[in-house]
Amino acid sequence: MGNQAEINAGEKSRTEALLRVEDLSLSFIQYASGLRQTELKVICNLSIEAYRGEILAVVGSSGSGKSLLAHAILGILPSNAKLDGRIEYNGQELTQKEKEEIRGKEIALVPQSITYLDPLMKVSNQVIGCVDVKNEGLMRKLQREIFQRYNLKPDVEKMFPHELSGGMTRRVLVSTAVINSSKLIIADEPTPGLDEKTLNETLSHFKEMANKGCAVILITHDIEAALKISDKIAVFYAGTVLEVANVEDFKNNGENLRHPYTRALWNALPQNRFKAVKGHQPMQDEILDRCIFYERCSKKNDLCSKGIPQFKKINGGVVRCNNVS
Amino acid sequence: MCLKGENLSFGYKRNNLILHNVNISLERGEVLGLIGDSGSGKSTLCKILAGYENNYQGNISIDGKETPPKGYNPVQLVFQHPEKAVNPKWKMKDILNEGDIVSQHVLDSFGIKKNWLNRWPNELSGGELQRFALARALGPKTKYLIADEITTMLDAITQAQIWNTVLDIVKEMNIGVLVVSHEKNLIKKLCHNVVYLGNINNV
Repeated sequence: MGNQAEINAGEKSRTEALLRVEDLSLSFIQYASGLRQTELKVICNLSIEAYRGEILAVVGSSGSGKSLLAHAILGILPSNAKLDGRIEYNGQELTQKEKEEIRGKEIALVPQSITYLDPLMKVSNQVIGCVDVKNEGLMRKLQREIFQRYNLKPDVEKMFPHELSGGMTRRVLVSTAVINSSKLIIADEPTPGLDEKTLNETLSHFKEMANKGCAVILITHDIEAALKISDKIAVFYAGTVLEVANVEDFKNNGENLRHPYTRALWNALPQNRFKAVKGHQPMQDEILDRCIFYERCSKKNDLCSKGIPQFKKINGGVVRCNNVS
Repeated sequence: MCLKGENLSFGYKRNNLILHNVNISLERGEVLGLIGDSGSGKSTLCKILAGYENNYQGNISIDGKETPPKGYNPVQLVFQHPEKAVNPKWKMKDILNEGDIVSQHVLDSFGIKKNWLNRWPNELSGGELQRFALARALGPKTKYLIADEITTMLDAITQAQIWNTVLDIVKEMNIGVLVVSHEKNLIKKLCHNVVYLGNINNV
């Protein structure tokens, strides 16, 4: 797992973002009827930053583009996708060629479910991945160490994915990310359907990676889980970021939260007020030239219907809303 | 008036029972929570109660009578992943009325819009599909609803919207609900009573 010098270097540059996504827009080209093409915009003007040693949680409604962001960073979008904007890794712009070079090495994805494993391949071989013959012994040793650390017994090595329980699968998937000493970990919904014990265990693995100096992006809709381990929380809605808040802002009635949507999300939790705001996230084919939360917002005014609000820095976070100061 | 499972035993492999002598009963109008570790057999129990698994031992009765061998089952099961529970090649209006004609009142309370009915399943989000799955399960002949992690994949606002609607409808129709979830806070908010599968399972 990375040598000492690397970890020290990580400490020094902690103040600089490891990953910077600027003004990212993503659309899919589709055939409407005959040869007529339409462009479906799924992410617009999205900016986030991930820092070494920190966990950035990405929360928000389903279909808000959370997973697509992960796929855009890794360069695994389908061929009809059109990507605009800038993704910087370690100060350098990340082009498709570089994405292909560093993914699986410097950047690792922890996928959502067991279906991402090959059902016909022993799990230990999947964790090791594709390596030169001369390195295989070394990797095998490393994989055993990692399995031991995650309490996976030696006989798990020879098992196939269907023989593992949900919690064991989770640990195997995390192992695939750890083995290459990646510096940026993107975890896409790693927790749904886990019982409390396995959930806490999985979360602690991510915290451990961050403590070692990795930057972790945790994509989830489980706000409670995100609050347990994250440093910052980015709130997604209909393909853009509405707010980046600090973990401490999520308390009481959410009066420290900056955006009405974040507050609504917080108050909808069963342990809070379980109160649902009316309406739906706008459909992707609706083109809006106003605040995307306009229809459901209780504080909207004239200004909100004219153009998308710009980011403002407030209390150590950022927000896209006209009505905060 | 209750859905009753008595001495239920089941295993996917011989010599490997995952449920043994489980007793569970759900009253009409009751909201009962079911919690347990992952892999402990919660979903299997749900499938047995709703008539998806027949190869079990023990007895299931609905309001004192046996499960009808054919026709509409008064015990309806809703799953975690709605996209896997709908036919991708049917339009939403056909999917909706697959089992029974769903009343306009139920559609309105779920906020199902008219123009959604002509869409294909892949043109709706998970939350919207789950509304359809629930509306479909809440036909006029439904007496018990089994909700197996129905909002696990949804965001908090959609979860609150869906559950608030379901609670209203089951109250009106006097339906008993079994809620399976890992989220303790949700169970605490929704349920009158809670059972822990480990405590009623004798494996």
